[in-house]
Parts: sequence; C-alpha cells; structure tokens
Amino acid sequence: MSLQATTSQTVGPYFKIGLQWLNQSPLAAGPGAGERVTIRGRVLDGDGAPVPDALLEIWQANGHGKYAHSEDSQDKPLEPGFAGFGRVPTDNAGCFQFETIKPGPVPGPNGREQAPHLVISVFMRGLLKRLVTRIYFPNDAGNGSDPILKLVDEERRSTLIANATSGGHLEWNVVLQGTHETVFFDLGL
Amino acid sequence: MKPLAGYRPPYPGTQPNHFHPPYVSSAKRAPTRPLVQIPYTLSEITGPSFDPKSVSPAAYDLTRQHQGEPVGERIVVSGRVLDENSHPVTNTLVEIWQANAAGRYRHEVDRHDAPLDPNFSGCGQAVTDGEGRYRFVTIRPGEYPWGNHYNAWRPAHIHFSLFGPAFATRLVTQMFFPGDPLLPFDPIFNCTADEKARNRLISIFDWDTTVPMQALGYRFDIVLRGRDATPMEE
Repeated sequence: MSLQATTSQTVGPYFKIGLQWLNQSPLAAGPGAGERVTIRGRVLDGDGAPVPDALLEIWQANGHGKYAHSEDSQDKPLEPGFAGFGRVPTDNAGCFQFETIKPGPVPGPNGREQAPHLVISVFMRGLLKRLVTRIYFPNDAGNGSDPILKLVDEERRSTLIANATSGGHLEWNVVLQGTHETVFFDLGL
Repeated sequence: MKPLAGYRPPYPGTQPNHFHPPYVSSAKRAPTRPLVQIPYTLSEITGPSFDPKSVSPAAYDLTRQHQGEPVGERIVVSGRVLDENSHPVTNTLVEIWQANAAGRYRHEVDRHDAPLDPNFSGCGQAVTDGEGRYRFVTIRPGEYPWGNHYNAWRPAHIHFSLFGPAFATRLVTQMFFPGDPLLPFDPIFNCTADEKARNRLISIFDWDTTVPMQALGYRFDIVLRGRDATPMEE
C-alpha cells in the first residue's frame, strides 16, 4: 500500500513570523523579456470585509513562456534573474500588490496553448487548506481559446481576468464568497 | 512536449473541506460555490525551487537566534519528507513557526496575556537532504487560548510549510505532540473524517534523536502528494 499525503492545516493568524522572510516582489530580479506589470487587489470575505491576514503565492513562466523547472522541456530560453515565484501578504486594509512580468503562453492539454496566466495559492486563517486560482491578463488574444478558461462558466470567467486601470496597474481581487465569488480550482488537494 | 502525469487525488476523508463548521472562521472564508475541476497542466506540474544556500545553515536551530537561550524545554524535531510513492523528497524547503514556551507568538496580533521571550523568535528553515531528512532544534511550544468557542485552547503545535517538486505538492500543516489532552477538543486538528490521517499529525517521541542531557526528540514524517503513474489522457 502506498503512503497517504499528510493532512493540510490552516496557516493560522500568525504565519507572518514564519513566512515573511521569503516575501518576494518584484518577481523579476533584473531586466528580461516580457512586459512589466503591477498587480494590485484586495481579499474580501463573505461579509465583503477586507481580509488583513491573507497570503498569496504566485507561480509563473517567464516572458518566453518557460518555467524554471526540470519538467518544462520546451525549447525556450530561461531568464537568469527570473525564478517565477512570488509571495505577498495582505495589509491591514486587505490589499496586496506585486510586480512581475507578463508570462508568455505555455502548453496546455492536448497540445492546445494556454493564454498567459499566473497560478495562485491563497492561504489564510479560516482556510484549512489553500485555495488555488489563476490570474489572466486583460485583452489577451489567447483568452478566448484558453482550455482552462473554457472549463469555467462564462459569467464567472471575469473573476480570473485582471482589469486594466487608468493608473497603469492591473487590478484583480480575491472574493471568497457571494455573487462575485472568485473561481477556485479543484486540484484534488 | 511529452504527456504529463498528474498527481494522485487524496484518499477519502484524509484532507479537510474548506468549510468546517466547528472551525468558526471558516464560515466567512471558505468558498461557497463548487470548485472547478481542471486537468493538470505544465503550470501545476512545475513549481518553485529554492537554492539551499539561500537558507542560513543556522536557521534550523531556533534556540540560537539571540544572545541568550530561550526559556522552555529544548526539543529536537526531525523526520523525513516522502511522497505517496515512498520516494524521499530531497532538497526541498521546510519552514516552521510556533509560539514560545508560554504559548505566545512574536506577532503584533497575538494579545494573549503571556510573556514574550526576548530570546525566541519562533521561526526556522531547513532544506531536506538526499534522503528527504530535515532536523530542527527548538523549544516545546505552549498551549494557548483562542476565541473559537467558550474556553477554547489550541493544543501545542508547530506550523510546517513545504513546497515539494511542484505547485501541486505545496503543503501547510501543523505538528502536534503525543498525549496532549487538548487534542480531542481542537476543531483544527479534528478537521478530517479519517482518524488515522489526523493521528499522523501527532509527532512520535523518539529515543534515537533524543540528545542525552540536552533535548527530547520528536519525529514527524511528512508525506507530500505523489505522482500518478499514468500520463493524462486529457
């Protein structure tokens, strides 16, 4: 018989003391391919109240659409200053912000290309296991044919796509419950 | 690209649901709509890795981060990180954080009326070796009250955060201590239907890692999700 994965437990209210040493934004350490973007947003609970003790982790490909990982066998260049990992907490107003580069498209199921996206883990007190979601980019030509977005009801897809703002940054929120609840994915966690 | 194998689903009852009514703060924070099932893609099969050199070699010892020694009972917490296929998870980052011996976290939100310890920060890091082993030296954390229900107390615990080889294998959990009388009453510990799964969160007292005249040893082995054998069809 095989082993069984250890049960997930909440990060609780005090994770900052253990996890902040690895807070990471910007994700790109130096110059490299790809458009630089700032993504800002808020995490809101079921009452619409800001969550001041959430943590987001970001994982993404570089500007060429290449992951810095041995499973990525694509013939695309790695960027020396770009590992693809980010970690940002929310502040007392439930706000987070990070700077990164827009990744290139990456391969998806059955050879279909995935539109540029970031994969996101959300941790907080009250969550016994993380939530998994994605951030896509506004007006990207690939969004319409993205194989993962296609699995999401059309009226909820917009929760996964950041909005352009007049301030030049992108806005994307995590809404935990309700009519505008963010789409979270089942990865069998 | 060659077809990618996914990760195994959990055994029934061994992982919590997001909404767990006895844990009151899940009520306003757990999603209410069904999660959307997606196939594994390159985005979830890959994941961050960390240069072992970015972790200070001293970061495993939480009793030597200040000028003096922290108050409390010194302990050694060690174990192996394996995947569900029994393969060691090597060279992976392990982060821990915990309360001090009095049951107080060094965090501005923790208002528990118990003393802070100027010689204890309560956080450490280590990287697993070629056999998936890690080791920390710390002090036994205290129990502490919390507001979940009348006279609620958390059992003594240490928070663990692990990455493993992929985005899919990321795990945050808590380690408990054998014989803790608070365990039957803790809604976080008791979040799974499967009793064996929750009991695996309890460390094992271990003579082999107990250091004579120095510190009791507790062993806590951690299992990360294992890869499916068959490549995905979809």
